[in-house]
Amino acid sequence: MSNLGEVVLLECWASPFCMRVKIALAEKGVEYEARTEDLYGGKSDLLLTSNPIYKKVPVLLHNGKPLCESTVIVAYIDETWSSPPLLPASAYGRAQAKFWADFIDKKVFDAGYKIWICKGEVPETAKKDFIEILKQLEGALGEKDFFGGDSFGFLDIILIPLTSWFYSIEKFGGFEVKEECPKFSAWMNRCMQRENVVNALPDPKKVYEFVVRFRKMQGIE
Amino acid sequence: MEDNKVVLLDWWASAFAMRVKIALAEKGIKYESKEQNLFNKSQELLEANPIHKKIPVLIHDGKSICESLVILQYIDEVWHDKSPLLPSDPYRRSQARFWADYIDKKLYSTGRRVWTGKGEDQEVAKKELIELLKTMEGELGDKHFFGGDTIGFLDVTLVPFTSWFYTYETWGNFSIEAECPKLIEWAKRCLEKESVANSLPHPHKIYEYSFELKKKLGIE
Repeated sequence: MSNLGEVVLLECWASPFCMRVKIALAEKGVEYEARTEDLYGGKSDLLLTSNPIYKKVPVLLHNGKPLCESTVIVAYIDETWSSPPLLPASAYGRAQAKFWADFIDKKVFDAGYKIWICKGEVPETAKKDFIEILKQLEGALGEKDFFGGDSFGFLDIILIPLTSWFYSIEKFGGFEVKEECPKFSAWMNRCMQRENVVNALPDPKKVYEFVVRFRKMQGIE
Repeated sequence: MEDNKVVLLDWWASAFAMRVKIALAEKGIKYESKEQNLFNKSQELLEANPIHKKIPVLIHDGKSICESLVILQYIDEVWHDKSPLLPSDPYRRSQARFWADYIDKKLYSTGRRVWTGKGEDQEVAKKELIELLKTMEGELGDKHFFGGDTIGFLDVTLVPFTSWFYTYETWGNFSIEAECPKLIEWAKRCLEKESVANSLPHPHKIYEYSFELKKKLGIE
């Protein structure tokens, strides 16, 4: 597959939203230049001019044209580099994938955040809410190997990066995903067999160190 | 074409449902509208949208599709031969999706804070609302519609909220037209289209209803 021009990704290592884009680009065999934003320093001029609305990573620049919001970027990647397809072939299948991507975007990170940002004891409701969300996703997965069906696809790409933050959520929340949601955990393991996923996700323990540091910086310790 | 049964679980004042109605009208799709009671949700709604329990829900051939922007894209793909909503170019599609997502992140919740809010909270919400509408004006630029010469995905996403502008303005005691004249001109152009005019209720009807809605929501 041709690169179709210059591809640059403004990213930072801990962002699950950036990981989504990295996996999608890798799946399509697209070569790109990754430019890392400094999490603690100021945001680069290129980031601020490419994403004036949110000033956030990831930003994909394709032949200099900026794309923002990870789910929008992954859909763009799928439409621009057609092989292998990430979204299902049927209109209904695509609608289901987009529905669940929207659900994941609305719920997963925030529910985890409410656990790992807690000063002192984590409320039971926060843990229950998080686990309930994973159970709803287990329902969507059903008996399939991947959310896309037999093959790894769009929805798997949208969700798997968020799991790199699960170790931190589990440590602060005092529970284990593999005990509460074994089917979800099994899906995670299947994804982690894939080279493109392993290469894009950081060590969850590194994420944990980042979270601990972040909490200290916010005065929560 | 897919002429199998199309049902819309609807509520007359929902901007999100209006989006779907415009799209169905643009494509000339016949459908059955089932008005829902949001304060006493039907079994049909709870089964069709078990995750969010919200309208709109499109039921096509017995299968339910939820979330208005997802529904719009589904309609656009299935009935693809008439009045395309999204452009064919992937970059332009991504821009339309980006701005539709921006509207969904901000407009409903900010508008709600304007018409239900009080004092300082309301003032802050009014400022934010104007800022976001000005941003959309910037995105529109000199174009007739966000979609270019004809209405597209982003026009359909945004125009339903204009039926709530009178409600925001009256409760908030301010004029959106004074701050965003180009956007109001755009809204008027959209309303010249039958699909839009038939899908949006009269703004005064929404304002009248807002009194009852405040009571139902337990807001003073």
